[in-house]
This record gives sequence, C-alpha cells and structure tokens, in this order.
Amino acid sequence: MSSLNIFDIAGSGMNAQTVRLNLVASNIANANSVSSSAGDVYKSRQPVFGAELKNVIDAQNAASKVEIRGIVESKAPAVMEYAPNHPMADKDGYIFKPNVNSVEEMANMMSASRSYQNNIEVLNTAKQMMLQTLKMGQ
Amino acid sequence: MAISFNAALGSSPMMLALREKRGEILAANMANADTPNFKARDLDFSTALKQATTEQTLLAHTQAGHFAPEMPFLGARLKYRNPNQVSLDGNTVEEHIEQAKFAENSLQYQASLQFIGGKFNELRSALTGQV
Repeated sequence: MSSLNIFDIAGSGMNAQTVRLNLVASNIANANSVSSSAGDVYKSRQPVFGAELKNVIDAQNAASKVEIRGIVESKAPAVMEYAPNHPMADKDGYIFKPNVNSVEEMANMMSASRSYQNNIEVLNTAKQMMLQTLKMGQ
Repeated sequence: MAISFNAALGSSPMMLALREKRGEILAANMANADTPNFKARDLDFSTALKQATTEQTLLAHTQAGHFAPEMPFLGARLKYRNPNQVSLDGNTVEEHIEQAKFAENSLQYQASLQFIGGKFNELRSALTGQV
C-alpha cells in the first residue's frame, strides 16, 4: 500500500531529529569535560542531514526521506584555560575545555524538538486519513 | 444492466489518489525542514487532475526492460515552491506554509472520501429499493 509512504517519510524525519537531539545531549553533557591536551578534549558533534535519493528512479518526482549523511566534529579550537592547580593541567599549567557552545546547543535542541513534533502531527493526520479510508462505504 | 462503479464514482477515486500523493510530498517537505539545500516541492493539482482524468497516450512497451508508468497522474511534474524568505543553507521549506497546505490537503482528502461514501450509499439504496 503506497499510502504507508507518509509514515515512512515522517518516521525518517523523526529518526533524524532524534539523532540530532542525542548529539545535543552528548554535547551539553560533555560541556565541562576538561582534558590536559587539545587533541584529547571532547569536540562538539553535529549531524549532517541529506535527502535520501537512492533507490529512486525518478528523483525529481519522488517524495524523499531524510537520511543522516554523517556526524561531524566541530573544527573550532578547544578553549584553553590557565589553571595550574587543576589536577589535569599540562606542564605549562593549562587545561583544555570542549568547544561546545551551550547557547547554540540549546537553540539546536529547541529546533530539533519542534521539528520532531511537526513530524508527529503529520503522522497523526496521516493515521486519521487511513483509518477513515478503511471505513469507506460503511 | 450492469452497474459500472467507475461511472458511478466519477473522478473521486482519482482525486483521492492525487490527494494522497500530494500528502506524501508535503510530508517529505516537512520531514526535510532541516536538510541543507533541500528544495520544497508541490503538486500542481489542477494540471495533475486534468492529466489524470483525460485519456493520455502512454508510451508503448516494446521491450521487457521498458519502464511502465505506475499511475498516469505521476506524469505531472512536481513544481518547486518559491520561498517568501530565503535561508542561508539553501533550504526552501517554510514549515508554517507546509503545515497549512498539509491541513488543507487532508481536509480535501476527507471530502473526496465523503463523496465516495455517499455514492456507495446511493448505490446501496438503489439496489435494495428502500429509502
């Protein structure tokens, strides 16, 4: 039944937003994980979304799902802080903090949860439509 | 005299199929609201309906490998939406517009469904001869 396509599409959107929310949670949770070198410190992670066009013969006319193309680590430099008394401090007395921007992450979280809700609404409406179709002619 | 369901139901089943297809496309727009460079699309409904209801010449299949169009109305090309406001990542989905179109579309789907239901009731009362 082709009508179940809507469920697949909204489901793929929800899946993508869940991955994004997970990464936001990971970034916020690790915002204060300090390290003694710039290479080892946690880096902010972001998903890359793309429209799924594989297995589609007529790409221009097909409704496309969302896919996660990959997860990238932020290239922004780690925050260096002079804290000679810190147990993790390197030989020069510096500690390194992750490049997580918590304001950005909060905005990201709100956007992801709104988009997730939007997909749920689509799913509910599609479900109602299908249930009414099943009752056709009764 | 045989009862022809196709003649009795008119264009409503075709409308239903088109509405369903459009719902799918609008759902895809909303699912891809955060996808960079995704362009929102929509079905030109009146053109699609015209194509679906008038007889059209389909391509002849002369070899086994030729594609058969799944449904004739799929020949209607999707159009890209002109956004009111552009975004930096090249995405042209505007969620409020898509939501409104989706709601409109599902209401029209239900209307087509009601018409078909009504037709079935008419046929039933014609068959039983009771009002």
